[in-house]
Amino acid sequence: MTQQEIIAARRAEPWREELRKAKKAKERMDLPRVKMNELDGEYRSHNQEEVNLGLTKEQAMLEAQRCLDCANPTCMTGCPVSINIPTFIKYIEKGDILAAADTLKETSALPAVCGRVCPQEKQCEKQCIYTAKFGKEAVAIGYLERFAADYERESGTVSIPVIEKKNGMKIAVIGSGPAGLSFAGEMAKKGFDVTVFEALHEIGGVLKYGIPEFRLPNKIVDVEIDGLRKMGVTFITNCIVGKTISYGDLHADGYKGIFVASGAGLPNFMNIPGENLVGVMSSNEYLTRVNLMDAANPESDTPVLIGKKVAVIGGGNTAMDSVRTARRLGAERAMIVYRRSEGEMPARLEEVKHAKEEGVEFLTLHNPVEYLGDERGRVKQMRLQKMELGEPDASGRRSPVPISGVIETIDVDEVIVSVGVSPNPLVPRAFDGLEVTRRGTIVVSEDSMRSALPDVYAGGDIVRGGATVILAMGDGRKAAAAMAEQLLK
Amino acid sequence: MNKIVSKEHFSANVVKLVVEAPLIARSRKAGHFVIVKVGEKGERIPLTIAGADVQKGTIDLVIQAVGGSSKKLCALNEGDFITDLVGPLGQATHIEKVGTVVCAGGGVGVAPLLPIVEAFHQVGNRVIVVLAARTKELVILEKQMQANADEVIIMTDDGSYGNKGLVTNGVEAVINREKVDLCVTIGPAVMMKFVAALTKKYTIPTLASLNTIMVDGTGMCGACRITVGGQTKFVCVDGPEFDAHQVDFDEMLMRLGAYKEQEKEKAL
Repeated sequence: MTQQEIIAARRAEPWREELRKAKKAKERMDLPRVKMNELDGEYRSHNQEEVNLGLTKEQAMLEAQRCLDCANPTCMTGCPVSINIPTFIKYIEKGDILAAADTLKETSALPAVCGRVCPQEKQCEKQCIYTAKFGKEAVAIGYLERFAADYERESGTVSIPVIEKKNGMKIAVIGSGPAGLSFAGEMAKKGFDVTVFEALHEIGGVLKYGIPEFRLPNKIVDVEIDGLRKMGVTFITNCIVGKTISYGDLHADGYKGIFVASGAGLPNFMNIPGENLVGVMSSNEYLTRVNLMDAANPESDTPVLIGKKVAVIGGGNTAMDSVRTARRLGAERAMIVYRRSEGEMPARLEEVKHAKEEGVEFLTLHNPVEYLGDERGRVKQMRLQKMELGEPDASGRRSPVPISGVIETIDVDEVIVSVGVSPNPLVPRAFDGLEVTRRGTIVVSEDSMRSALPDVYAGGDIVRGGATVILAMGDGRKAAAAMAEQLLK
Repeated sequence: MNKIVSKEHFSANVVKLVVEAPLIARSRKAGHFVIVKVGEKGERIPLTIAGADVQKGTIDLVIQAVGGSSKKLCALNEGDFITDLVGPLGQATHIEKVGTVVCAGGGVGVAPLLPIVEAFHQVGNRVIVVLAARTKELVILEKQMQANADEVIIMTDDGSYGNKGLVTNGVEAVINREKVDLCVTIGPAVMMKFVAALTKKYTIPTLASLNTIMVDGTGMCGACRITVGGQTKFVCVDGPEFDAHQVDFDEMLMRLGAYKEQEKEKAL
């Protein structure tokens, strides 16, 4: 059956038809979109508690009624892992939440994670008929996804997907972030013997070191990883392929396929004067200290600078994570410094809204040109060039242009640079024959994620150079399908 | 988890740990380092590998108890486990026959210098080692150096052993006596700064192996960044060895002090 036929067949199931008829489309459309329950902005800006509290079952079942169960569900085209969105939502409307959770797991290895961190407004919810056709607020697909995954976890009856008979073939995955985990889950389902090699001492990659606790609690990630363990996936920490062991070692150990998902590890800096002053650091460093190393906890041996006047440079999700973390660690003034205007910010709308509610200041159309230090080399001020919007650039966004001579000086005691990342060269360097772009990303065929080396596939940020959790997961899924097909031929 | 096979005290504050790490023992080369973490709430700290035994599957780490994390590591005993150990990291030393190599080590930096001395000696260089310490008790690895070098010169600040003077006095004496083709220096940043200044005066190419603050050690955080020849470099992936004449040691010294106050608070 084709994807279209599967969608149609499931939609035609009697319970679904009945549910559809139970309420008129007009009535469904008159329902207002549910509001996420969240902690108060002032309260949460002093702790690490998760901001979004999730929906109640009543809220979720009511929101699920808004979904029109379209014959041609355009929402699915916006999902990089093609979750059968109407099916899982209709299960929620029916009250069968565990069936909804199972539907999510058919194509997504990490539904509780995606429900929290996906930019739904740019993906499924953007393609929802409400937004695309009626100019109304989309069905809250992301909230519902999170609700179903959380409900299953809290119910204590977490189901393990059906695993095909073991085929005896060993597969190596390099990196345990979203791309690696998604790939590992798919391959385990197909009966492969999967081992994931992780360089750090914790499994989860960016989900652990990057995304903060208040947005994605570690215990949520750990439950999803445990699920993969139960499916037979082996995890090895503190092992760097290309350093600790080589490509040749993997062959000698009998691995038949390798998936490189080593991420975009290297933080970019702006190369402006004063950037190496003490107190200026990358968002990777700041977030790794706080999230992975738990540095804000007095029991942790890892230190972190606690700034009172903190500037975060950049307008992406990582910048929002950093500035909101700084606020939580006690910054009296936490600022976003972004060279374009708010309309061009790449961060999720929700993160920008949350940051504002938590008292974060937004200095848009400002670009740092220099940092000034005290006699001990600690940053004390930043000089910001005021910008204005000019003509659209290659990204389609209006490009920021400096307003000649307009420079502001602002006091700071900590600066977190969050202007993107570049691919980590460790792994690509270790594989002779791999084709790598000038930017350091691995070249793969778009439909199979296969590299120039026939047994090596790659996905996530090592291919994309800095994207999202869900795109990385989509790559993992695509690579797994292609590698399995090749190996089982 | 990596088991400590044996422990030896070099001096009151300096210990050598032989640690089970068969994969690292096999893949490491002179100049490589590892990241270790002691305890679940431990800090990740970089340590340059001081030696390895491929047959036994062990690596040698020499640690000076200076901060909280190194003290924790030094307090471990034979049979204990290091919670996390990853490597080998960084670029290996480029070893080739150049003629006469002076290897200048100070303090605990003498330990990671040993494999570099061995490697340069093995390919047929004349290797002269200058070991510097504050006082006689702090001179380490003298015998092992002697076994791998053509000459070992000891310098102590107080003159209690070898010659009285700084490492730079020892290096300069060699330079004044014979032609030196390369200098390699590992030790405290301040020491390397002065060695670099000296050899620059004589235009002798010099490598310094830097030990900066790191978190992941794989290029991810940038905590280790330094300025080399006006450009920002990451010690973890671009180094740890750099052309000592190009390194901005003053900036490095400043950055090494980044967490001084936090460390004191943590230690309380």
